[in-house]
Amino acid sequence: MKKILDTGNAACALAVKAAKVDMVAAYPITPQTSVAEKLAAYIGSGELQAKYLPVESEHSVMSAVAAAAAVGARVFTATSSQGLLYMHEILHYAAGGRLSIVMANVNRAVCAPWCLYVDHQDGVSQRDTGWIQLYAASNQEIYDSIFLAYKVAEAINIPVMVNYDGFLLSHSMMPFEIVDQEIIDEFLPVFQPDWRLHPDWGGTFGNVTPSDEYAPFRNRLADDMIKAGELIKNYAREYKELTGHWHGDLFDVYRPEGGEYFLLSMGSMAAEMELAVDILRKEGIPATGLRLRVFRPFPGAELSRLLPPDAKLLVFDRNHAFGTGGGVLLSEAKSVLFDRKDQVKITGQVMGLGGEDLPGDYLAQKAREMMEVLK
Amino acid sequence: MSKPVVYPLSQPANGAGGPTGTWRTERPVLSPEKCTGCLLCWIYCPEGVISKKDRSINYDFCKGCGICAVECPKKAITMVKEGGQ
Repeated sequence: MKKILDTGNAACALAVKAAKVDMVAAYPITPQTSVAEKLAAYIGSGELQAKYLPVESEHSVMSAVAAAAAVGARVFTATSSQGLLYMHEILHYAAGGRLSIVMANVNRAVCAPWCLYVDHQDGVSQRDTGWIQLYAASNQEIYDSIFLAYKVAEAINIPVMVNYDGFLLSHSMMPFEIVDQEIIDEFLPVFQPDWRLHPDWGGTFGNVTPSDEYAPFRNRLADDMIKAGELIKNYAREYKELTGHWHGDLFDVYRPEGGEYFLLSMGSMAAEMELAVDILRKEGIPATGLRLRVFRPFPGAELSRLLPPDAKLLVFDRNHAFGTGGGVLLSEAKSVLFDRKDQVKITGQVMGLGGEDLPGDYLAQKAREMMEVLK
Repeated sequence: MSKPVVYPLSQPANGAGGPTGTWRTERPVLSPEKCTGCLLCWIYCPEGVISKKDRSINYDFCKGCGICAVECPKKAITMVKEGGQ
């Protein structure tokens, strides 16, 4: 293993190369572009033995990787913002088709107005497409999450989206450790699908179904999505044993000892939140950071387990759930904690939209405002 | 791990969707004396219901689209209204 200094997009492309994908299709969009470029360069130079399909839109990208996954290839693509929104129709198809696709979504605000910088509106808007969604907070975590994503996607036949913040991670240089190829090969053996489209087989895929046949497929996807949470935990531990790399399983918990106020967020702002927790702790406030790593399946039971009786949950959303008065994480947290019999209190704020800077002291101030609301 | 069958897969089967010929409003009728056996109707039929051997038409699954009648260079196939005269 060796340490290098590079960007989040470089970490992503290096991991995809080490995962030995068979096929990449991509359409460039800021801030994802350098992922697509690096992978094209790896394939062009022969460093990565794979097919690269340059297509005319993100809708075609997702259609192409879905088809390639159906013939048994290990596939990869990456996108951002409007590109992800344009894929929306085929995201449903990929999940319903139980295709083991891995995609990086470099989080970026959505139009209108036009904006190139980070928030999570693109990712959370795909909440109900049936994709597993991971959120990374460092370049090391981006690198490691790609392998975890393939491991999970291929075990349970559900596509996985690896989200990381545009520019803050995608274009920021950070040191991260590259794992030896033999260890990656051990963790992630060659993809062996238990079914693939092939002329010799002569069947069809995603055909029309009457209601009584349709419903069981969709219900099985819903059930398996819940099971994916346990798989992610197990594989994160297996990866840790092989590499020593650990970012938490479903949550990354910061300073849990004696916590009373729990600051919930995801992405790079959740790493910055550790500074806010330190500031609050210095003031004698028992604050704990909860960085959500897995947005889908939403780890409701895990969240409830982390919160002691009468805990106060402060939710920091980098997105809007329009019409609810808050963000998506706030709605999700409230819904999973509804059955708690004790007096867990929850409030939240939306911030950091379109790349608004969120330094630790600002997050601490926002936490104090939320504490006032809960008094 | 062992996996249950989760993929939405299907094998082609004769008439799995029922006799789709009931959808038809017009039926193609072949005049064997005009037919030269060029097989253009057999090639163009999207439902594969025309026999390569004797050009007989399987009316259980012919939806009456009329492509065979249009493509026939000898006008050996005519479309006749169902349920009419």
